[in-house]
Amino acid sequence: MTQQSTFMITAVIRSDQLTNLQRLLRSMNQAPGFANPRNRLLPYWQMQQLHVARFTILQANTNDDIRDYGVEPSDWPPTLCFIGDVDGAADLFLAELVIRAEPGLREIFSHCEDFESDCDNLLQWLHDHSRKPSANYINWRGRTVLQAREEQALSVALRARLNDLQQLQGDLRPRQLRRQLQAFVTEEIAARRLRLSDPLPAPAGWHLRNLINLVGVPLALLLLAPLMLLASPFYFARLRQLEESDPENTQRPERSHLQALVEQEDIDVSNHFNVFGQVKPGRLRLFTIKMGLLLLDYTSRHIYKRGYLTRVQTIHFARWVLLDNNRRVYFASNYDGSADSYMDDFINKVAWGLNLVFSNGVGYPRTRWLLKGGAEYEQKYKRTLRRNQLPSESWYKAYPGLTAYDLARNSRIRAGLEAPDPSDSEIRSWLALL
Amino acid sequence: MTKTTDIDYEDIQGLVRFGHGQLSASAFLLLKIADLEAARRWLNSAAITSATESTPAPQSALQVAFTAPGLRALGLAEDLVEQLSDEFVSGLGGDTNRSRRLGDTGSNAPQHWRWGGSAETTPHLLLMVYADPTRLDSLLTSIREPQFEQAFTQLAELVSRHNGPREPFGFVDGISQPLIDWQQQVSTDLHQRDRYSNRLALGEVLLGYRNEYGLYTERPLLNPLDVDRDDALPDAEDQPQLLDLGRNGTYLVLRQLAQDVRGFWQFVDDQAGADPQQREQIAAAMVGRQRDGTPLIAAAGEAIDGSEPSDRQNHFTYARDPHGHGCPIGAHVRRANPRSGDFPVGVDNWLSRLVRTLGFGRRHHGDDLVASSRFHRLLRRGRIYGVELTPEQALQAAADDSEERGLHFICLGANISRQFEFVQNAWCASSKFAGLPSESDPLLGNREPLLNAAPTDHFSIPRAGAPARCIQGLPQFVRVVGGAYFFMPGIKALRFITR
Ligand code: HEM
Repeated sequence: MTQQSTFMITAVIRSDQLTNLQRLLRSMNQAPGFANPRNRLLPYWQMQQLHVARFTILQANTNDDIRDYGVEPSDWPPTLCFIGDVDGAADLFLAELVIRAEPGLREIFSHCEDFESDCDNLLQWLHDHSRKPSANYINWRGRTVLQAREEQALSVALRARLNDLQQLQGDLRPRQLRRQLQAFVTEEIAARRLRLSDPLPAPAGWHLRNLINLVGVPLALLLLAPLMLLASPFYFARLRQLEESDPENTQRPERSHLQALVEQEDIDVSNHFNVFGQVKPGRLRLFTIKMGLLLLDYTSRHIYKRGYLTRVQTIHFARWVLLDNNRRVYFASNYDGSADSYMDDFINKVAWGLNLVFSNGVGYPRTRWLLKGGAEYEQKYKRTLRRNQLPSESWYKAYPGLTAYDLARNSRIRAGLEAPDPSDSEIRSWLALL
Repeated sequence: MTKTTDIDYEDIQGLVRFGHGQLSASAFLLLKIADLEAARRWLNSAAITSATESTPAPQSALQVAFTAPGLRALGLAEDLVEQLSDEFVSGLGGDTNRSRRLGDTGSNAPQHWRWGGSAETTPHLLLMVYADPTRLDSLLTSIREPQFEQAFTQLAELVSRHNGPREPFGFVDGISQPLIDWQQQVSTDLHQRDRYSNRLALGEVLLGYRNEYGLYTERPLLNPLDVDRDDALPDAEDQPQLLDLGRNGTYLVLRQLAQDVRGFWQFVDDQAGADPQQREQIAAAMVGRQRDGTPLIAAAGEAIDGSEPSDRQNHFTYARDPHGHGCPIGAHVRRANPRSGDFPVGVDNWLSRLVRTLGFGRRHHGDDLVASSRFHRLLRRGRIYGVELTPEQALQAAADDSEERGLHFICLGANISRQFEFVQNAWCASSKFAGLPSESDPLLGNREPLLNAAPTDHFSIPRAGAPARCIQGLPQFVRVVGGAYFFMPGIKALRFITR
């Protein structure tokens, strides 16, 4: 099974180059924030392993909010951030990217501070500017771009064929129908109109590393458990104190800011989300967010790897990254549906999960015992989120028009087609997918 | 939850409580203010119908609502206007991003609208006049006396001669409405509404009361020191030191929707191979009810809060029809109100709640894809327009008939983005509602393909034991020809705004 990996490259933008860089990045777009796969700078259409990618300029618009906590904000110069999720190792992808798009990458990164135009090893430079996420979520571990595209083609073809068969012959018995459809697919594959590649084996050592993580994290926690148990009364006493006293954001997002955000929403069935905020001061908050992210990363890796993250089934990829010596957190996600329905899920389905992590961010609505409250303060929450949200300069998704649920259904369609000995009722539910 | 102050029906416009169904004719006047002083005087003394009950029922009713430009024109301070919701302030037709979200693109786009699509054609206010059909014209004449004519210029007049129970496609409408919890007896605790309930917190339909989150929706609040008379406005329940300009008011969405009745029935007839029974079935599947309003779903066995078991037309949910074999997943009524609870079906104790909260225990593919209904309910108050064309007439070869017919769609609610916009966008316009692959609302969809050219003009009728019947190439049946967002203030607030 091919594994997905992520990359993130950040570099400070030269102070006089911000607007030039924005103009350049936007020149990649066919609609606001929406990349043309055949843009001049990065030929996304050639990159068969790339699921999603985006350029975002991380700006600390809400930097002053931390003053409410009696803390001077640290400096954060506008920083270019290039992230993506790929099949296989990120290193390999970046190497290929450099081969395919070196001039474009140079043109982009030449707006950044420590990029010398004579930098002779671009790949090394990219590696030097890479950041690892603290937590990473992948909707469906192991499903490659190639697979997503092949299965979509399969589903479209099957659906059309089924329609034809029904028009021609009326209702057939399910088993008969499936046999006809199977024969059709075999023909299409022989004629090279369809392709269904076999999954590749997992790279060497992957299973072992995964196992070590699977066992290692709980083991480490178990070893620390006595200590944590002893500390917990103090932890919770202090937490409750902070929860009662931490200032909340009271400001509305500026209308122009909102406008910049919604301008690039709902162009595809999926949207992209960036939140960039500050971590509340103090060690307790840092510890809490780190534990929260650890838990998130662990469960995403071992449990939430097949189409859902707790109750939410609309996120393709998401990551949480601590930046600026853990003073800031960046959250980026790719999700289906409108921002309003995304926030609706946040509030009504996973408020507790959001609270666990984001209540450690400056301005977040008040929580109780870390899990309660917070996002449940609907309008306060939406405001705070929107205020700390950033637009992307350019966003790419390899399968426009398809939701995570579509991809999952397509995989089930293929699985049902290939199932060796399905029962009648399995065949009926398979046909219902079409 | 502590019981809040008693309801002052005198201060609430009647339309919130009553649909004025006995007054089957109506005229919605879309007005611009021509003379500020005259407009204030007229509005301030207008006999706006309140929500108090009266027997016999009144002979006529008058309601009024304002757009954001209207409130500004009346001189309401900018910081108060700004405290109304963003959607209201930017307006229904004023932002291409909103239009994209609502499916107001292509032939639905505001640039083609008769009214509301540009600043010039956006009214300042909406005056709603309800009367018996025989009395509407004389009532309008009596309203349009010289002071009125001096105060306002009229952009358009949306008249309903006779609002029967059936909308123009021929289906009984106005059957399902939320039951408003006027007494505020039901807890709005977020964790106590696992299942669908038809009872709706007062704060969902009126500003100034607790909503389904147990919170008060943002609205303009004033310092009493800034107001000349301290009884001019009600107190804010959540911040008693402030006065509440929003209390007892709400937002009103008005969309003029032209319906292609001929197109609808001819398409359906075509799909049915001209078989009358199949024709009825397909049309009913698209709406999600039979023409006489009968649901496609058997009555629910268990109790539904806010719905009487004797109410055959409404006592149902889709809980026992997860795959849409009874009522298609994509049917209009199932989209517009999926009758979903906070948790999917099957949660009845803390353990199952925990399991589902963590995302496990889904019973079938597609389970738990749809948001909880109670945060997205609409109080519908629409009226039909145009000369009736029965399905039978619609099927006959078109005699030349350029008459337009349709719906003056109206809904009320305290939060336009969470209610109307959410329902219109995520549930009706979306071609991915509840995991469906390629269909938007069979009645409302604009049929525009997605960015990758994928179609949105399908409609699938799932069948038990056989592949779904998938109808393709649905034409557009409903076209938006005008619309705006209004604020319908409480009556004290109206006096305050027009003082
Ligand atoms: C011309 C356009 C429309 C037509 C012909 C139409 C027709 C109908 C009909 C026949 C019903 C069933 C009667 C009932 O359950 O009360 C219904 C219900 C409903 N419609 Fe529409 N409708 C239209 C537009 C809209 C729009 C624009 C919305 C909102 C975005 C909407 C929201 C609803 C809701 C919420 C229900 C009640 C569903 C329930 O609670 O079960 N409708 N409509």
